[in-house]
Amino acid sequence: MSEKAEASTAERVWLSLGFLAAFAAGAYAESLGFFAFAKNNPGDIWYLFKEHCYLVGVSSGIAICIGVPTGIFLTRGYMRRYRDVILNLLGVLQTVPSLAVVAIAMTYVGIGKTPAIVALVVYGLLPIIRNSVAGLAGVDPVLLDAGRGMGMTPAQLLFRIEIPNALYIILTGIRTSTVINVGTAALSFLVGGGGLGDLIFTGIALVDPAYMLAGAVPTAGLAIFINWAFGQVEKLIVSPGLTYD
Amino acid sequence: MIELERVTKIFPGSEIPAVDSVSLTVPNGEICILIGSSGCGKTTLMRMMNRLEPITSGTIKIDGENILQKDVIDLRRHVGYAIQQIGLFPHMTVYENIATVPKLLGWDKKRIDERVDELLELVKMPAETFRGRYPRELSGGQAQRIGVLRSMATDPPLMLMDEPFGAIDPINRETLQDEFLKIQAKLKKTIVFVTHDIHEAIKMGDKVALLDAGRLIQYGTPEELLTYPKNQFVKDFVGADRSLKRLDLLKVKDAMLTDPVHCHADQSSEKVLEQMLSDGLNYLLVLDEEDRIKGYVNVDMLRGHKGVVGDVVHPMTITVGPDQNLKDALSKMLSFDLGIVVAVDDDEKVQGILNTRTMVSVVGETYDERGGHWGKITTGGKII
Ligand SMILES: Nc1ncnc2c1ncn2[C@@H]1O[C@H](COP(=O)(O)OP(=O)(O)O)[C@@H](O)[C@H]1O
Ligand SMILES: [Mg+2]
Repeated sequence: MSEKAEASTAERVWLSLGFLAAFAAGAYAESLGFFAFAKNNPGDIWYLFKEHCYLVGVSSGIAICIGVPTGIFLTRGYMRRYRDVILNLLGVLQTVPSLAVVAIAMTYVGIGKTPAIVALVVYGLLPIIRNSVAGLAGVDPVLLDAGRGMGMTPAQLLFRIEIPNALYIILTGIRTSTVINVGTAALSFLVGGGGLGDLIFTGIALVDPAYMLAGAVPTAGLAIFINWAFGQVEKLIVSPGLTYD
Repeated sequence: MIELERVTKIFPGSEIPAVDSVSLTVPNGEICILIGSSGCGKTTLMRMMNRLEPITSGTIKIDGENILQKDVIDLRRHVGYAIQQIGLFPHMTVYENIATVPKLLGWDKKRIDERVDELLELVKMPAETFRGRYPRELSGGQAQRIGVLRSMATDPPLMLMDEPFGAIDPINRETLQDEFLKIQAKLKKTIVFVTHDIHEAIKMGDKVALLDAGRLIQYGTPEELLTYPKNQFVKDFVGADRSLKRLDLLKVKDAMLTDPVHCHADQSSEKVLEQMLSDGLNYLLVLDEEDRIKGYVNVDMLRGHKGVVGDVVHPMTITVGPDQNLKDALSKMLSFDLGIVVAVDDDEKVQGILNTRTMVSVVGETYDERGGHWGKITTGGKII
């Protein structure tokens, strides 16, 4: 009882601090002319925002479609020997800066949205693969043994036992990857892929904070929203029988 | 029927076999207990029966058919298996856990619903309360019960149970064992049952297979193991208190004195007392007109009393059923300071009586002629 009360007090404190920070940031942004800019160019911002969402949506979608099955594949018995080698290799690749990945993608597929998406997919894959492997490999072998003993086929074991139990960790990987992608997608502008990077980089070039904020604020907002949305999805599809602290 | 012929298991990378040329046959409708100390190969032997472990050599046949000839998925779906670690699926409710195999076999929802409720009823876990719970919301004992239910959900004729009561406290374990035997008496399944508890083996087994280091040392009925242990190892394993363990095997009805001497509640205290004194009885059972147990009287209670025995009778709260084993009877007797316990049927009708003397003669030890408050117990029915 008292623990709960304490928790809600802490929540209230954080909430008020948050409001204060938002207010301060708003006041500062106002002083930089951000709101005036946003009011005068709603169409442009909205267009670039949609483009940004498109880049993130498509690239993360592809990354999930490649990453999760790769994670599943790497955790099948016959792959056990190669798993760590492959993961380490991917880890090394991840240390290549995102900007370099975008540049490399451009040298191979030219300019426009395609190189941007290719770079984002490549960059977003690792957290998804790594978490899928960790989640699936972490499923208690006793559960698989029980399932096998009751006559489940390998596919039934995967879909009825392994994935539901690993879901939370897999989703965390997808969430991390997508949120990172929102930021990385700003680099798309550099290869002609569009998105909110357009405003950010132009703002930097012109040393115009209002311009830059018009790109940065929606980008940050999108990242926060996606993070929140994944939290909701998690609550919806991860079994309440599983607990994570 | 399940037949094992020189079944051997050598794990890859190991020199010594985990199971070494075991041959035994479990007839249909019998419980075969695999017992032995930890690591002797019980689990491995069991897991070869549903092909969870490949057999290194030898053959296992179920109803005459070599299990290697069967489709492995189909085999496992039709053999109930309760694993040693329970292994409930944490992301599924109790209902979903129990419904696992029925769903694999394509049962319709209504049939599954009914079956789940029926099974929960069986182990006295109210369906409304437990159906929707997750495994993390169950105690160890409850989880283990659900594990057993899950393995018997489709009513498979052959069940493999690996220490199914291992996580249950001794008191509840006794209850579950009794319940299990009652169900088994009706369903007559063929059960291979692993335990390391010799009491459980003796109580539950139609046959007991004692294993040591992968080898089958002795296979026979519990009585054979207790009475004719094949060698020193068996003797040591069944324990020095072998004769006491026979108490687990024998039923009250096998040892009780039937037709114990008694009086009726409506008889005159004076007359009954007179007869007791002349027969040298200190205590006497009191029955009602339907021969149901009312209690007992002793000579002090009757002395000087004018009226009927029913007015002074002392109630008898602890009784046993004729089908309970002597160990239960002995523990009740010890908790009841008279040194006797009365056997009654479901209608409370008196079937017989046990005293310490009968117990002692059963376990084959000498007894103290003077022991026990009751002194002499005679048979012969109603006192006068
Ligand atoms: N998967 C395995 N790989 C190698 N050795 C095993 C494996 N499973 C069991 N063993 C060994 O086989 C022997 C028997 O084990 P087990 O059947 O689990 O014994 P029990 O169930 O009687 O305690 C033990 O020595 C154990 O270490
Ligand atoms: Mg074992």
